[in-house]
Amino acid sequence: MLRLDALTKTYKTGDQALKAVTVDVPPGQVIALIGPSGAGKSTLIRCINRLVEPTSGSVMLEDINLTSLKPGALRRERRRMGMIFQEYALVERLTVMENVLSGRLGYVGFWRSVTRRFPQKDVDEAFRLLDRVGLLHMADKRADQLSGGQRQRVGICRALIQDPALLLVDEPTASLDPKTSRQIMRLICELCAERGLAAIINIHDVALAQMFVARVIGLRFGEVVYDGGPDGLTPDKLTEIYGEEDWEATIEKVDDDADTTIEAAE
Amino acid sequence: MSAAAPALGDMLGTRWRRPPMIQRVWLRYALLVGLAAYLVAAIASVEVDWGRVYQGLDRGAAFVMAFAQPDFVSRADAIWAGMVESIVITVASSVVGILISIPIALGAARNIAPVPVYMICRGIIAVSRALQEIIVAILLVAIFGFGPLAGFLTLSFATIGFLSKLLAEDIESMDRSQAEAVRATGARWSQWIDYGVKPQVIPRLIGLSMYRIDINFRESAILGLVGAGGIGATLNTAFDRYEYDTAAAILIIIIGIVMALEYLSGVIRARVQ
Repeated sequence: MLRLDALTKTYKTGDQALKAVTVDVPPGQVIALIGPSGAGKSTLIRCINRLVEPTSGSVMLEDINLTSLKPGALRRERRRMGMIFQEYALVERLTVMENVLSGRLGYVGFWRSVTRRFPQKDVDEAFRLLDRVGLLHMADKRADQLSGGQRQRVGICRALIQDPALLLVDEPTASLDPKTSRQIMRLICELCAERGLAAIINIHDVALAQMFVARVIGLRFGEVVYDGGPDGLTPDKLTEIYGEEDWEATIEKVDDDADTTIEAAE
Repeated sequence: MSAAAPALGDMLGTRWRRPPMIQRVWLRYALLVGLAAYLVAAIASVEVDWGRVYQGLDRGAAFVMAFAQPDFVSRADAIWAGMVESIVITVASSVVGILISIPIALGAARNIAPVPVYMICRGIIAVSRALQEIIVAILLVAIFGFGPLAGFLTLSFATIGFLSKLLAEDIESMDRSQAEAVRATGARWSQWIDYGVKPQVIPRLIGLSMYRIDINFRESAILGLVGAGGIGATLNTAFDRYEYDTAAAILIIIIGIVMALEYLSGVIRARVQ
């Protein structure tokens, strides 16, 4: 469904963030992307919807090459890729409803959006999504009045109301407590399963990734160094991805209290 | 760790001071001595004619005493007309200036505008800020003649430089991720500005606008001195006729209005946060 072919990004400073990354994502598959800070995880996700322009290589969404699209066509394709952000990235001075409905901006005209008169179908869908994540009563609150976990759930609604085929998820749990982190990951994975969405989830927390996803990709210095099931992440593999460290605790604790965050091991 | 890593044993017991801002010792002291010398020379160069100051004290005293008995009545018509003109100039120039400065601010924000647009908008701002209001007013009075039209145009022009620059700086320092999230939904440029940028800068825009209305009112009192209309013209006439009591009345009204605007802008800014 999504295919990255030799995707490369070199920043103006000369840093090579991605080195010919090739990944195939079948429909409905949820992938966790792990790796130390600076490995290129965020860059990879942003190269897919071209918030960051890739230097070379191609991104195929079904049979459309995203890397060669002109601005208008790119906007249309962006509607099919919902994005969920680290630190939520809600527009803080807008209400929860406005934030959710902003996911429809690619579908409605300027005057409808500027006057906040969205089609009733969109408004109903926004109510339905907010109800699904348990925030219907917060619809008219301002986004900055919400707690971290609530904000991220609004962020999820904003991505889903786009009616996407693919979710790009950038560190969804980075600023949440362990319990909320699990709830958010569970929610994302459940929603993907309900709607048959594929997803790429950047995540620091290896144990959390192992709990929820079927496939893990390990990135190091912009290269794929691991691609396989969550069980294949042996201490050797983790050392290859992150560098030398004692990994036994991280892996063993997966089943009970696996909320240890693995920050970049320098 | 680099090769020159200091050993802990050598550092224990040594004094610690914040590293000085200017590293070179001679430069640091040269700057201090130079500053002191300049200060002495500058003060010495101001010529004060104490005899003239003594004579002027009487006039100054008469002026200050006039405040004790301001005369609002005998020139009430002129004061009223001047006030209305000043307020009209203030409101009109603020509205027009703010409306024009919003698109220019968008163009002058590096994170939004492409380089050519950025250069043009920054150029407009630089020109507007380089020319002091009085100079612009003199020029415009020469072109459009005496009266409030020159004052209105002057203040509109000055508002553009002020508001565009500060608003552009606020746009440049906005939270990128909020704007990025809106862009990722497939929003077009106008929607992106409306949902991703506007909510972040609107409190600042309102605060700056209130402040600028305040400035424009004060400026409109000055511009009358060069013939650009408003209460300043009335004030100038009062001074010319040595009617210090009327002048005092005008100044008191100006102070009152500026204080009221100041209070109002404080209330509004607190409400929009």
